[in-house]
Amino acid sequence: MAEFEPKIVAFVCNWCTYAGADLTGTSRIKYASNVRIIRFPCTGRIDYMLLLKAFDEGADGIIVSGCHPNDCHYTSGNFHARRRWIMFRSLCDFTGIDTDRIKFSWVSAAEGAKWADIVNATVASIRELGPYTDYKKIAKYPEKEVTHG
Amino acid sequence: MVDLIKRTKELLETSEVKVVIGYEQGSGNKTRALFVEKPEDADKLIFDSRCVQNLAAYVTKKEIKEKGKMAITATLPVMRSIIQLASEFQVNDSNLLVLGITPESKMIEFKNLVEVEAFVHQFQIEIDDRNKEMLDRLEKMTKAERWKFWIDELTPCFKCYACRAACPMCYCSRCTVDVNQPQWIPVSSDELGNLEWHIMRAIHLTGRCIDCDACYNACPLAIPINLLTKKMLVDAKEHFGGYQPSLKGDHLMSTYKPDDKENFIQ
Ligand code: SF4
Ligand code: SF4
Ligand code: FES
Repeated sequence: MAEFEPKIVAFVCNWCTYAGADLTGTSRIKYASNVRIIRFPCTGRIDYMLLLKAFDEGADGIIVSGCHPNDCHYTSGNFHARRRWIMFRSLCDFTGIDTDRIKFSWVSAAEGAKWADIVNATVASIRELGPYTDYKKIAKYPEKEVTHG
Repeated sequence: MVDLIKRTKELLETSEVKVVIGYEQGSGNKTRALFVEKPEDADKLIFDSRCVQNLAAYVTKKEIKEKGKMAITATLPVMRSIIQLASEFQVNDSNLLVLGITPESKMIEFKNLVEVEAFVHQFQIEIDDRNKEMLDRLEKMTKAERWKFWIDELTPCFKCYACRAACPMCYCSRCTVDVNQPQWIPVSSDELGNLEWHIMRAIHLTGRCIDCDACYNACPLAIPINLLTKKMLVDAKEHFGGYQPSLKGDHLMSTYKPDDKENFIQ
């Protein structure tokens, strides 16, 4: 069997983290290619159900990222998001969902290097944890698709 | 409940309200909801310790609202629900009169919802010892044990939605669980469909659930889904100082503080 390549889905806001990830690229910083970025207008728009959908579809890890507090393009989207994350993360943990597989971060448009670090660190830690078999099992996710990166 | 019966008769005779919602003897040893529209039916009203159904679930129903002004027999959890519903603009003084029943089983008629709120705020929402113990037990488990616990508990759920029907706060005309474009919750009553349904249910009730246990009592399989909402209640206290339903409408999940604390965002 080929070495396990974690599948990571990143939910990011358009104004900070997406721009930050863009900067990572234009700065020619090399980082792990395991991440599929999904762009949202704002962290306030990232419905928690989407995170579960990512696991349904076979993600092994998730990154959720947006503007630093006080920097949200819509003023307060990330403050609302933060409250939701606090509660949602705890609920997931309470049901036994592996919250070590969900990373939250603030990455600004100027933090291209930080984005690379977050992705690399996430990939490394998910590699260590292995495929998210518990969720894949209940989602009846085909095992054979797990290994492509 | 002589007071309640007498007052119900008066309210209907004077047409001050069109319907009084209360409890009557049901089949077996069960009680059930009663909708009194004629003064002579008021004699069927009862109240005792078996009356745990949360009657506030009816005040948002179109069929009941259409009748005109309602009065409701309201124990403490029902009063809490009503304040929550009022803060969500579902009921107001012009369509609802509250006939409160104190924890000592005395009837008090409230002039308005502001008075109901003041009464409700005398008491904190407290999780009982048995459930506290359960929560403790779960928190002490490893993640893998918790996962197994919930998969085992939730898998028998067959999505009858009795829990949703019993909850006063589940009044949306189209619940996310029924939405199929996109299909948020897998339709099947299998491990995945049930886990995601119950996570969704709990999160939509976070900051709104007043811990009446009506959902749990309604579940034909006695699945402890109320532990999920109780956990959210405990967390709300820990992270945000707790909440009480309030007419101010400063809902836990639709407000924030710039200095809300967490320890997991990098
Ligand atoms: S979720 Fe359950 S305990 Fe909470 S308000 Fe609804 S019925 Fe009551
Ligand atoms: S009442 Fe029980 S069986 Fe019915 S949907 Fe709710 S948890 Fe599932
Ligand atoms: S726009 Fe980036 S968090 Fe709101």
